[in-house]
Amino acid sequence: MSWLTTILILLPIGGALLVAIAPLSSYGLGSLAALVSLIEVAVWITAVGKFDFGNPSLQLSQQVSWFADLHVSYYVGVYAFSLWIVGMTVVVMAACVIYGWWVGRDRGRAYFALMLMLTGAIVGVFTAQDLILFYAFFEAMLIPLYILIGVWGGPGRLRATQLFVIYTVVGSLLMLAAIIVYGLQEGTFNLTEMGPSSSTWLFLGFVVAFAIKSPLFPLHGWLPETYRESPPEVSAVLSGVVSKAGLYGLLRIVIPKFPGPVHDWRIVLLVLASISLVYGALLAFRAPDFRGVVMYSSLSQAGLIVLGLFAGNDLGFDGAVLQIVNHGLISASLFLIAGMVERRCSTGELRLLGGMARGRPALATVVMAVGVIALAVPLSTAFAGEFLILAGVFQQGWWWGVIGAAAMVLAAMYMLRAISGVLHQDVGPAVPDSALDLRLGELAVVVPLLVCLLGLSAWPNLISGHAFGGNHAQSVIAKGLP
Amino acid sequence: MIATPHVDWLALSPSLELLGAAGLLLMVAVFTSGRTRKLCAAAVGFGGFAGAFALAIVVGARTPDGAAIMSDSIYRDRYAALAQLLVAACGAIAVLISYGEQWRDEHLAEYYALLAAAGAGMIFFVQAANLMTLFLGLEWFSIALYVMTAIDIDLIGSLEAGLKYLIVGAVGSATLLFGSALVYGITGELSFNQIAAAGHAHDAMLVVGLAMIIVGLAFKASAAPFHMWTPDVYQGAPTPVTSFMSSATKIAALAVTYRLLLTAFPADEHLWRWAIAAIACTSLAWGNIAALVQKNVKRILAYSSVSQAGFMLIAIAAANSLGVRAMLFYLIPYSAMSLGAFAVVAARERELGAPVTLDNLSGFGWERPLLGISMWVFMLGMLGFPLTGGFIAKFYVFSAAYEAGWWWLIVVGVIATMISAYFYLGIVRSMYLRDAAELQLAPAGGSPPREVVLQAGVLICVVVTVVSFFAVQPLIDVCRAAASSLPI
Repeated sequence: MSWLTTILILLPIGGALLVAIAPLSSYGLGSLAALVSLIEVAVWITAVGKFDFGNPSLQLSQQVSWFADLHVSYYVGVYAFSLWIVGMTVVVMAACVIYGWWVGRDRGRAYFALMLMLTGAIVGVFTAQDLILFYAFFEAMLIPLYILIGVWGGPGRLRATQLFVIYTVVGSLLMLAAIIVYGLQEGTFNLTEMGPSSSTWLFLGFVVAFAIKSPLFPLHGWLPETYRESPPEVSAVLSGVVSKAGLYGLLRIVIPKFPGPVHDWRIVLLVLASISLVYGALLAFRAPDFRGVVMYSSLSQAGLIVLGLFAGNDLGFDGAVLQIVNHGLISASLFLIAGMVERRCSTGELRLLGGMARGRPALATVVMAVGVIALAVPLSTAFAGEFLILAGVFQQGWWWGVIGAAAMVLAAMYMLRAISGVLHQDVGPAVPDSALDLRLGELAVVVPLLVCLLGLSAWPNLISGHAFGGNHAQSVIAKGLP
Repeated sequence: MIATPHVDWLALSPSLELLGAAGLLLMVAVFTSGRTRKLCAAAVGFGGFAGAFALAIVVGARTPDGAAIMSDSIYRDRYAALAQLLVAACGAIAVLISYGEQWRDEHLAEYYALLAAAGAGMIFFVQAANLMTLFLGLEWFSIALYVMTAIDIDLIGSLEAGLKYLIVGAVGSATLLFGSALVYGITGELSFNQIAAAGHAHDAMLVVGLAMIIVGLAFKASAAPFHMWTPDVYQGAPTPVTSFMSSATKIAALAVTYRLLLTAFPADEHLWRWAIAAIACTSLAWGNIAALVQKNVKRILAYSSVSQAGFMLIAIAAANSLGVRAMLFYLIPYSAMSLGAFAVVAARERELGAPVTLDNLSGFGWERPLLGISMWVFMLGMLGFPLTGGFIAKFYVFSAAYEAGWWWLIVVGVIATMISAYFYLGIVRSMYLRDAAELQLAPAGGSPPREVVLQAGVLICVVVTVVSFFAVQPLIDVCRAAASSLPI
């Protein structure tokens, strides 16, 4: 019994309520929200201090009955891997809130309240251990996102929100049907007690919902417009954190609870993941704008992580968790950088950009550093993650490894194209001479993310070696994550 | 000398108290005028409903074991008490919504008198224990509602709506009456218990009678395909009247339907379960699809109420104790959301002086933060999103369907919910995602009326909607106590 996890969920939600009513100016509300999100990071660090990484079972848990006749309870807690994903979440959310504060979003009261509410909901998804509670948080994420994209988004935002909501609601309602049937069959909704199920229908209900969220080919139809029309920091949250809810769901629910269907459908999922990986990389290579590159690379990376998850061995699971954290940090940084570039040049189109490195050393350094990590250069943390995943999936068949390796080459191609399109070559027509280097506020947002990435590059084993307590991921998951 | 049954005044008290309030309101109409009348009428109306609410609680608390009383004419049990309590609460909030409406002075107190009379009728209706009291209650509240629908002679469409409601409603009542006559004809019994005991379950005449009774009640619950009056009447009636109709009438009709089917026709369960499931699916399909193309917000909400009836009918089709609990629980957030949504529409209507459409809702969420957020909550609740009781309600309904072995009803419900996302979120989209600059219609001038009373009503509805998500256990305990009165 520990309140820490509950505090992690409720602190941002309480902060949201405070922001909604506090009699402050927009700037004051922004600083309040930034403060809350930083305290959230501090709470997470406290949780890490209290966590026993040698123990693979649920920790810092708390359970209170919610309604007893259907055996539903408020049950939260963290495993080692969820602790890392939560950490990534709170760091990225803090960066995004601070970025929103720095650019001075209008209608600040609503904006910051929604961002904080979103933080609470996402942390809830990663810590809920009761299926109904998990679903509640999973859906609750959508409420602030709908408004955040729809109000602060670009010109095509109405269509984008509609697409996004229709896709995700369809997926999550299929999941709701599956949850109800599964829970009533088991007689409890408590994830730690639910036994394995062999039903293919239930399995598909969950997989479709998570595949839409991740997203996985061919259910990624919402992705292009949503990521392009959202404000940059919301895109960062979407691709860095929200999409991870889908991958987390696969890891927490699908793989431990449906061993039979996972075994039967492994090839299908590996094929879909490979298609996402290669197709996403090719689209990223052809994308006309910087954000396009980043968003399609997200599709590609989601494919890679699913490849690791369905490799079904220690290497794959460890690599997938590491890569979830890596990609969260990388794609959030890249989307924020895209936003910073767009602010200066009022466009993200690569053919109108170029030559921004000259006279802007900070921008050049940050873009280059994040970009190089993103393309998984050896010694970077992304390289460690991808290597583990490929080594894991290689055990399923050498050809999966070949596809993954080919995609790594493609990643280098699209990332270098994007970097040189922004920084190098001739000065683009959309780049005004007066465009400033990164300001202190922007650096304060991106540099911490970059520092996290560099730290992980130095010691990727911090996550990959401490995600499942004692490094036997496969056996822990095979027991259904008790 | 004919022996008269013992009269249990306490069991009748909620309905009689409200009837007394209606009489008092007619006195208010005679003895006061102007501002005093407005204040007094609303106060007496609210007091009447609050009194009925309190008396229903007393009856419920003092009736651990329910039974049919007074020659099997009415029930005194917790099931009826819970339904009465909900109806009374809806009436009280409807008074709060009505307060700011620009009624003609000469009809003001009569309006509240009719509202109280309709509430009294529903409260009597939900405790009906035989076919005679059932029909009496039904006509009692229906006639009051017909008049209320047509009461605002300045409102275009109000009279038309009243007439439509009268004609279609009369067809519904007549069908119910005919069905009752058939059932009485074959069994020779009027009271629900005796009909079941008479044992003519497989007689064709009884089955036809049962079908006609279901149709008659489905008219009142506005379940498709018996919902034809709903969009026109909801749109044409003054908005406070619509708010009361959409919540209280549904509570009364659905509560009585469940009781009647379980008590009087248990042997025909295999038949009526299918009939109810068919009506539920039709309502879900029709209500949600028709709502997609509507532009008038009241019409959207009318079709939404058809689809919500479909969800509650799923609980009836389940015909198990979880189903009773699910339906009773569903009614709590549903009536709050429905009342609240129409209250917000009423506020916008008063501000614009024109019918509310999706277009002229633009920017409303930013102009009136409290009402905007409330509407947002109601729409998410109707959609069945978490953080509102609507989610728990749908969860219970689907669980009941699964427990009854009809998982395909879950699939139908889930598909219906997917479709409904478009129009429920469409209202949110109008309120928040478009700017006031896109407004088609300039507000009537000056700052909007403050409407503290209406806002208080909306706030109560929001609290109920949200609290029913968190405090599920106490509410479910109440519903379980009520459900134990039914023979299941």
